[in-house]
Amino acid sequence: MKVDLFLTCINDAMFPRTGQATVRLLERLGHTVNFNMRQTCCGQMHLNTGYRSDALHLVRKFVNDFRDAEVIVAPSGSCVAMIRELAPEAAHWEGDNELRREVQALAPRLYELSEFLVGKLRVTDVGAYYPHKVTYHPTCHAMRMLRVGDAPLKLLQQVRGMTLLELAGADECCGFGGTFSVKNPDVSAAMLADKTRHILETGAEACTAGDNSCLMHIGGGLHRLRSGARTIHLAGILASTEGEVFA
Amino acid sequence: MSQLPKSEAPRSAEIARSAEARLEVLTRINRAVAGTEVPELPAYPQSAPLSREEIVEQFEDRILDYRAAFTRVAAQDVPGAIGAALGEVRRVVVPAEFSDAWLPAGIDVVRDAPLLSHAQLDGIPAVITGCAVAISETGTIILDHQGDQGRRALSLIPDIHICVIRAGQVVQTVREGTEQVAPSVRAGRPLTWLSGGSATSDIELVRVEGVHGPRHLKVIVVDG
Amino acid sequence: MSGLHPAQPFPEAAREQVNQPQLRANLRKVTHTIREKRLRATQELPHWEELRQLGEATKDASLADLSNRLLTLEASVKARGGQVHWARDAAEAREIVTRIALAHQVQELIKVKSITSDEIELNKALDAHGVHAIETDLAELIVQLSNDTPSHILVPAIHRNRAEIQALFNAELPGEGHLSDDPAELAGAARRYLRHKFLTTKMAVSGGNFAIAKTGTVCVVESEGNGRMCLTLPEVLVSIMGIEKVLDRFEDISVFMELLPRSSTAERMNPYTSFWSGVTPGDGPQEFHLILLDNGRTDVLADDFGRQTLRCIRCSACLNVCPVYERAGGHAYGSVYPGPIGAILTPQLLGMHDQNANTLPGASSLCGACFDACPVRINIPQVLIYLRGEAAQHKGPTLEALAMHGMRLAMSEGWRFEGAVRLARFGQGPLVHNGKITALPGLLGGWTQSRDLNPFPPQSFREWWRQRGQGQTPEVDAAPPQAVQ
Ligand code: SF4
Repeated sequence: MKVDLFLTCINDAMFPRTGQATVRLLERLGHTVNFNMRQTCCGQMHLNTGYRSDALHLVRKFVNDFRDAEVIVAPSGSCVAMIRELAPEAAHWEGDNELRREVQALAPRLYELSEFLVGKLRVTDVGAYYPHKVTYHPTCHAMRMLRVGDAPLKLLQQVRGMTLLELAGADECCGFGGTFSVKNPDVSAAMLADKTRHILETGAEACTAGDNSCLMHIGGGLHRLRSGARTIHLAGILASTEGEVFA
Repeated sequence: MSQLPKSEAPRSAEIARSAEARLEVLTRINRAVAGTEVPELPAYPQSAPLSREEIVEQFEDRILDYRAAFTRVAAQDVPGAIGAALGEVRRVVVPAEFSDAWLPAGIDVVRDAPLLSHAQLDGIPAVITGCAVAISETGTIILDHQGDQGRRALSLIPDIHICVIRAGQVVQTVREGTEQVAPSVRAGRPLTWLSGGSATSDIELVRVEGVHGPRHLKVIVVDG
Repeated sequence: MSGLHPAQPFPEAAREQVNQPQLRANLRKVTHTIREKRLRATQELPHWEELRQLGEATKDASLADLSNRLLTLEASVKARGGQVHWARDAAEAREIVTRIALAHQVQELIKVKSITSDEIELNKALDAHGVHAIETDLAELIVQLSNDTPSHILVPAIHRNRAEIQALFNAELPGEGHLSDDPAELAGAARRYLRHKFLTTKMAVSGGNFAIAKTGTVCVVESEGNGRMCLTLPEVLVSIMGIEKVLDRFEDISVFMELLPRSSTAERMNPYTSFWSGVTPGDGPQEFHLILLDNGRTDVLADDFGRQTLRCIRCSACLNVCPVYERAGGHAYGSVYPGPIGAILTPQLLGMHDQNANTLPGASSLCGACFDACPVRINIPQVLIYLRGEAAQHKGPTLEALAMHGMRLAMSEGWRFEGAVRLARFGQGPLVHNGKITALPGLLGGWTQSRDLNPFPPQSFREWWRQRGQGQTPEVDAAPPQAVQ
């Protein structure tokens, strides 16, 4: 299958290894990956902060960039949720019903990575090897908006050499919430404190999730605590093999 | 606000204000929802139907779950069951139309006719009533305050409420229960829905049975 | 806090609350307890989702047909001997209640818990006219005796633990001797304190959970029996109700009696629900007034996206599942409506120009737990996002707006974005220490308050991709295990 990678702006600029891992993983599974160099951002941060028209410019750009894609895969639950769930509403708020229709037409071809692997490709064993103790944090957007359910866990359970540790209070938000973490730093930090405490209680070496924005938040907290525990995107684990480790 | 009018003239001012407020609110509403269609209601979801016997058993389970007392007896055993429910208590109040046949011998029965004062009711430890309908799925008893149920204050002030329910009065779902009492509501009757005794969870969400309403609810279901 | 108006922006109010360990512990305990109970209560019904949809549609139908239903309600209540008053705002509603109290020359009246009456700040207004309103709901009594304000819709004293309540009752309830901290004993003290009031007070004030247009019926859902006392024993009853609470037919109540108790106290059914239509001869108050309150509701109604907020049945499920509410507590929201519902209702009732209230839609990480819990399917996260947009329009050209716009321009083309990232990578130099950014300036300082940040890596993905496409195909090198991502 020819897969268009929508990497998302934050992964492109800050977490290129997640992109590399996604490419490696999909190619290993026999698919051709295309990265449209024109792509940038889904507009989520703009929309969630209240800048609708800026956001819709970016949505329109997304639609233009990916109009001809067969399937689009993104290693980010929140960006997929933005396009599939929020963008059509936001277009409607601004009275842009043409954009609304276009996004809705595109939406069924857009997948979050775990959703694509388990739901569309029907694989759970991707041949990964990752000899570490790991705990999994289900991100809110993937869990409650995309309803990816246990797809990430199914994938993780098949990873060889890995010990998957259960996270207490897993379904609770880590406190990131985009600009929420900057505008309401105290509440966000209080939420993060509970999340990092639960992670450290598992004894895991790393916490994984399907979204680098949440992981940036969690990882930043773990690092500030000098805890030694780290974060790794789900794609990094799934791409890792005996010969090649994606951290 | 600080100088509230007391005489007649301001009363007409109040009538004028109210009429003006009414018109303005209604106009604002009409402007706000102009062109909005009233949606069709989806069908009411159905519970898998239970048998008669299962319904009564479910009702018992729910009542006990509320930590209220439950007994099930044949018609001729109602006086005995009421006697047992009363325990040491010797004085009860009943609605004017409550059936004599159900009352045990040897207790002091006060009828609410003529109507007793609140203070008089407060001096009586127990009340016995019937009900309009009961709902098994939620363990709810509905009073429409007619006939053998009496007015609202009667089943409110005494500390023990004994409620006698015919097995046939128990329906399964909230929807059925609601439909059964709808005619009473249309006729202007008040309703009280009781699900267990009075309770509060206001302190640390710990459920405490018995606050202001009757602290003891005792349910007697009568077969036949 | 008074009524609807927050005294400060949410982030500031929350900062004060977050740092109170006792409050955090109390809230954590109760919200977690009720979350699990609610899940059990809702999962017991296999058709819970269909009930939610029916609840949603029933409310939407009422809102779409609101003026007809209110007119029908008015006519039915009058036909049953009740009186109906219309109030455009809080002041009018207060004036109506005060007028009735003064006409009956009462010095004291009893109240059933009513958030609507707190919204209009009724007690203070009555006090000013020498009428003392006694709260009879246990939690409201606790709040009243301690000169506090409610912090939760359902359990207004949720921020207080039993030891605090024990101390309060021992100080404030006369003739009780020494009470232990056993909730049953504390509730018993409240019973004794209020009993005489119930039996002798002439006038009561209540809210209303629902009203039925066709039958002129008002409904109050409660647990303790203080509601039944107030609705039955006094001679005069005044019920204050938002205009959005009206339903069409009595049968419409059924779905809400399934949705509300399971969502709020997590019980199959709440202990007591009272229904009455106007005046019932020989039974209950012989004078009844229904006050229909607008106070901003028609503004909410006029916004076809925000309108869904008016479906709310005040169950408080959204509060109990909210991670922000759990940490910040109800008082941080500065309004009688706290939590996720407060974050969307308060600013809409007040208007988005209110510079304190318009920070409330920001009081969410958008985790979505509230939407899943809401029995009438109010899409709270979407309304929050929508309202952030409305708020931004009332803030004018801020630094944030400029930054957002600039970022959007940078993202308008792939090559522009690539250039911007390169620039940022260059510019971050002074901020990076030992491979991390630990202090950010300006708007972003909130981040590094409690988290470190990875700097931009030396090569972006697209740079790597281009290199790879040019035939150099750089091997993805095995990273050392301590690297983040
Ligand atoms: S918004 Fe929904 S969940 Fe929150 S109180 Fe209202 S009805 Fe309940």
